[in-house]
Formats: sequence, structure tokens, C-alpha cells
Amino acid sequence: MWSWVAHRVTGVLIFFFLLVHVLDTSLVRVSPEAYNAVIGSYKNPVMGLGEAGLVAAIVFHAFNGIRIILVDFWAKGPKYQRVMLWVVIGLFVVTMAGFLPRHLMNVFGGK
Amino acid sequence: MTSITSIPAPRSPRVRTSRRTTRGNFELYGWIFMRVSGVVLVVLIFGHLFTNLIAGQGIKAIDFGFVAGKWASPLWQVWDLFMLWLAMIHGSNGVRTIINDYAERDHTRLVLKIVLVAAFLITVVLGTLVIFTFDPCPAGGPINLLPSFCSA
Repeated sequence: MWSWVAHRVTGVLIFFFLLVHVLDTSLVRVSPEAYNAVIGSYKNPVMGLGEAGLVAAIVFHAFNGIRIILVDFWAKGPKYQRVMLWVVIGLFVVTMAGFLPRHLMNVFGGK
Repeated sequence: MTSITSIPAPRSPRVRTSRRTTRGNFELYGWIFMRVSGVVLVVLIFGHLFTNLIAGQGIKAIDFGFVAGKWASPLWQVWDLFMLWLAMIHGSNGVRTIINDYAERDHTRLVLKIVLVAAFLITVVLGTLVIFTFDPCPAGGPINLLPSFCSA
């Protein structure tokens, strides 16, 4: 139930980011200066934390999506759905533990 | 006395007299698409996040020159094109499901879906045009912002 809610919430979040992300990337067709000015705003600490949240949403949606596929197509999927949710949470923690230090150092670290 | 009742032959199809009540298998194909595109998107997006946020200097390295350098390679052009289309169809179909679930009035659903289709078309067309019409060395662009191969 809650994994279903989280899947919806993260899905909508990612979708709206995608719309904005295509728009900001489109600025490469306007001018190098326009693109660099807008992408520069992604590098401030507040946006840096937002990106961490976005990546967290994507990682959960990805792993839980694989779990949904296994529940649907793997004969033993429904039996192990609860175990697989813990596997999703475990993989999520490991992936974020790999990503966060690297990303936060890029955002908050000096030159 | 025995009374005679008419019983249809077993497994004979139900006769539909009213209008057809299904719209084919659209929802089935949508359901399959979400799963197939989901697997592909995991690969495409994890690759995208790794090259842009983890490899090298991460977010700090992203600027016009970085994008130009990536799109100089047909691999990343095709990568981003597939990512754009699959993610937009996958995401729009997901939002369509959510609209159907929560917008109860017919009129509200219709309006939200028109907005959704418009957002889909604008984003996909704009993104596709940008990938294919991108010029890594625009005339008059400041040389220090352009990728190094422009001056060669």
C-alpha cells in the first residue's frame, strides 16, 4: 500500500522535473550564455539538495518498478513481494550511500 | 408433468444487443508498455545520472561545453532521444492513470488530459528538435564557453 503511494508520488515528481529539465536543456539552442546562466542556478546548495531528493525519488521508483514487474511476471513474485520491498529499501540505501557523498562534495565542496 | 425450458448451449457467446462496451486492448498494451519501457529507462537514466552527476566533476562540470561535447557523439544523441521519448510516454501514461483515479468529474478529467497532451507534445517536439538541430559551435559564441574542438 505505502510502496504504491510512494511509487505514485515519486512518479509525478519525476514527471514534472522532466518537463522543466527539457526546457532548461533547450536553452543550448538559445545561446551558450543563456544555458550556462540557468544551469548555474542548479549548482547552488538549495538546488543541490533538490537534486539529491530527485535522485532519491528516481532510485526508489526504479527499484520499486523492478519489484512491480517481478510481482507481475515472476511466478513466485507475489509470495516474495514483502521480502522484495526490503530488498528495494536495502538497494536504495546502498545506492544513495554511494551517490550522496560524491554529489554533496560537488555541491558543497570548494573548487 | 414436465415443463420444457429453453437453455442455451453451454459456452455459447453472449449476444450483445447494445453498443460495444470495450475499447479494444488499449489498457493492456499500456500496462505492458509501462513494464517494458520501465526496464529500459532504468538503464538509460542510471547511465545519464552516472555520466552527468558522478563521473568527473559531477554537477559542477555541466555547462554548454559539456553538453556540446556529449552530443558530438551519436551514441549520446540516440541515448537522449530514446530517454526523452520513453520517459515522456511512460510519465504521461502514469499521470493519465492518476487523473483517471482522482479526477471524478468528467469535465475535470477532460481538461486535465488536454493539458497533459499539450505538455507531452510541446516537450517531445521541443526536445527532439533540440537534439537534432543543436550546433555545438554557434557563430559568434564566446570562445571560452564553447567546447575545445570548435577552435580547432
